[in-house]
Amino acid sequence: MGRFVIRRILQMVPVFIGTTLIVYFLVTQMGGDPIQNLYGEKPVPDNIRATLTAQYHLDDPFFVRYWYYFSGLLQGDFGESIAQGRPIVELLAEAWPETLKVAGVAFTFELVIGVVAGVLAGMRRGSFVDNLVLVSTLFVIAVPIFVLGNVSQTFLGQEWGLFPVSGTDDGFSSYLLPGMVLGSVSLAYIARLARASVAENLRADYIRTAKAKGLPKSRVIGIHVLRNSLIPVVTYLGADLGSLMGGAIVTEGIFNIPGVGYQLFTSLNVEDGPAVVGFVSLLVLVYLISALVVDMLYAVLDPRIRYE
Amino acid sequence: MRGATHAKWAALATAVALAATACGGGDDSGGGGADGIVSSSWGDPQNPLEPANTNEVQGGKVLSMIFRGLKQYDPKTGEAKDMLAEKIETTDSTNFTITVKDGWTFSNGEKVTAQSFVDAWNYGAHLKNNQKNAYFFGQIEGYDQVHPEKGEPTAETMSGLKVTGPQTFTVKLTQKFSTWPVTLGYAAFAPLPKAFFDDHAGWLSKPVGNGPYTVDSYSKGSQMALKRWDAYPGTDKAQNGGVTLKVYTDNNTAYTDLTAGNLDLVDDVPASQLKNVEADLGDRYINVPAGIIQTLSFPFYDPAWNKPGQEKLRQGLSRAIDRAQITETIFQKTRTPAVDWTSPVLGEEGGYKDICGDLCKYDAAEAKKLVAEGGGIPGGTMKISYNADTGSHKEWVDAVCNSINRALGNDQACVGNPIGTFADYRNQVTTQKLKGPFRAGWQMDYPLIQNFLQPLYYTNASSNDGKYTDPEFDKLVDQANAEADTAKAVGLFQQAEEVLRDDMGAIPLWYQNGSAGYSDRVTNVSLNPFSVPVYDQIKVN
Repeated sequence: MGRFVIRRILQMVPVFIGTTLIVYFLVTQMGGDPIQNLYGEKPVPDNIRATLTAQYHLDDPFFVRYWYYFSGLLQGDFGESIAQGRPIVELLAEAWPETLKVAGVAFTFELVIGVVAGVLAGMRRGSFVDNLVLVSTLFVIAVPIFVLGNVSQTFLGQEWGLFPVSGTDDGFSSYLLPGMVLGSVSLAYIARLARASVAENLRADYIRTAKAKGLPKSRVIGIHVLRNSLIPVVTYLGADLGSLMGGAIVTEGIFNIPGVGYQLFTSLNVEDGPAVVGFVSLLVLVYLISALVVDMLYAVLDPRIRYE
Repeated sequence: MRGATHAKWAALATAVALAATACGGGDDSGGGGADGIVSSSWGDPQNPLEPANTNEVQGGKVLSMIFRGLKQYDPKTGEAKDMLAEKIETTDSTNFTITVKDGWTFSNGEKVTAQSFVDAWNYGAHLKNNQKNAYFFGQIEGYDQVHPEKGEPTAETMSGLKVTGPQTFTVKLTQKFSTWPVTLGYAAFAPLPKAFFDDHAGWLSKPVGNGPYTVDSYSKGSQMALKRWDAYPGTDKAQNGGVTLKVYTDNNTAYTDLTAGNLDLVDDVPASQLKNVEADLGDRYINVPAGIIQTLSFPFYDPAWNKPGQEKLRQGLSRAIDRAQITETIFQKTRTPAVDWTSPVLGEEGGYKDICGDLCKYDAAEAKKLVAEGGGIPGGTMKISYNADTGSHKEWVDAVCNSINRALGNDQACVGNPIGTFADYRNQVTTQKLKGPFRAGWQMDYPLIQNFLQPLYYTNASSNDGKYTDPEFDKLVDQANAEADTAKAVGLFQQAEEVLRDDMGAIPLWYQNGSAGYSDRVTNVSLNPFSVPVYDQIKVN
């Protein structure tokens, strides 16, 4: 196990270098002019252009620029945003906690409700609960997230006052509704995954054996069925963690959460290359780490899986 | 079944927990009356909040509350009135002697002196400080040494600025500019306290100024709370207890919060909500022209577009554009049809006047006649260039072309020419690559008729992208700048504008409007010439 983890961490290094290189390349190929964007319609004074171009190495060859960037990255320096003139570390430090809170709520929400609903439905296929889960998840999957977000904001927030309408002023409760909206689609998938997997495992031979040898039902379900059914769910959750962190542009916009999605969106709009690369690099790290955690969880869930 | 029962309990517990925490939402607004707090929508300022480095409205909101300069623009008339200026005297429109009023302090107690201004201006102008509004100081002698076109600065301070007493300083300009004092109401000319230079980072995280408000707390990316400064010495004391600026990443959300009663003021009503505004807000909606004008520029550098007699062609094109219809259908009245080359924010005394007259009115028959007299459209078809990535320019350019084609009875007369990105567009504009008319937008730096004419149409001026030139126009602008009497200077600028009209050096299209909506908790809401809400006047019920 230890060797496996070390090997995986070492493998992450070239993956990380490669992805940041690709992202950096794509961003530099956007073809925009971030300095002109600072000035809108007005002409940029030549001298300012020269100063900024030198400061951000905009005229250097691509690999020189990437080297500046990467060597800074190794020292924890993400560089400076062109549009805002502030260290990107500062931007990251502002945006990540917000996104983590929303993603945390979403993750808990989809994990708890999704697994519970899926298991209940899977154990009693064809029952009322099962049909309810199937229909409601189908509905959630079919409705686009901005509709879900706006409708729940209008009714749950504005009309009935159950949740804060927007913003982050109300502490933890501010993050509940955005988190639930953000997690709803994944919740639907998880419920369906868990349902199918539980239903399948219930008919497996080893379950019949476990029942036949007189194990209590709670042990049969809790240990034998659940453990085996959770492998696809855990795989899905691991991949979902990454997209929860980066893909919340719509939800963050609707609920006015100044998180990563919003920062990425605005940085792209003003062609702020360094900021985009900074946020994406961190996202890459999140993906890599969550993939590693998922792989390690497999062994916990299914002892037959061994790491060599 | 015990497993299932556990699961049920877990689900129930989660639901209860969710419901319990959800009740935390509430209103954070304080009491009403003179101490009521106004909450207003905001966007993260693009730059650090330095006065000379802020050229957009979000940072401008804060500066308008925490700074007062030598002049202050009247929100209603646009007139520049003395604020910290005791008097500004000149005999030759080049050398100015400025006396700063006694008794003003920054909110940290430091006295506002002549030195506070001179230090601030030198900071703003110096190349190494990379201030976006540095060019505002370009008229002052010595600017070229601290901010040369190329290479390193050769001086630390501008030679045209001299402190002559505790409250007096002199300014020497490089050329005659009689209405220069009017520019001093702009935030870039604000005074700065010593703390700005001594502890720059500390100042930026909590700016200190001399305006009617002080910054109480500032958390970047989410909100800034400003409080009324009770010891403020000016006459325009805040009418409310403070202002909380809340960052909204999406103006739709801000609008939703306004209608939900969680926010008092939004200063940018989203386009998608315009149809609901009447029902939601009634008369609590402001939609007035801002200091922004959109025009069609011509490529005078292209011989095909620079023949004698073509002014008739350009006038004809102007008459072929149905401004009223386009502003109504395409822009839903968020633009106002233009009648001159300036903006209504100048007010009548500032020089706003219907100078364009009939030439800006739609008349298909007349348009057809004028275009024919002007030799027709060069090449038979003209392309209006615009950038396609931002600002939904496609819609209105197509509408303008439709209007021209309809008026001239020729489907081929005008087509849009989209250019992929704004950067590419600007590049082609500034290097004179475009082969036909192109869209142009001008946002004023300060509410002065000079600022709408000189940078855009004076020979070889910085933003004269079409390379328009007319010796008569230049002469009148020079005369206006040398004229000491403001009313006469404005008159001369208007004469120059008439020259521009007869040439039709650019076709004025429309003024962009500033908009705001507010809740029934507040009254007396208005926008200043820069489309920034006049926060200090807002009253809380």
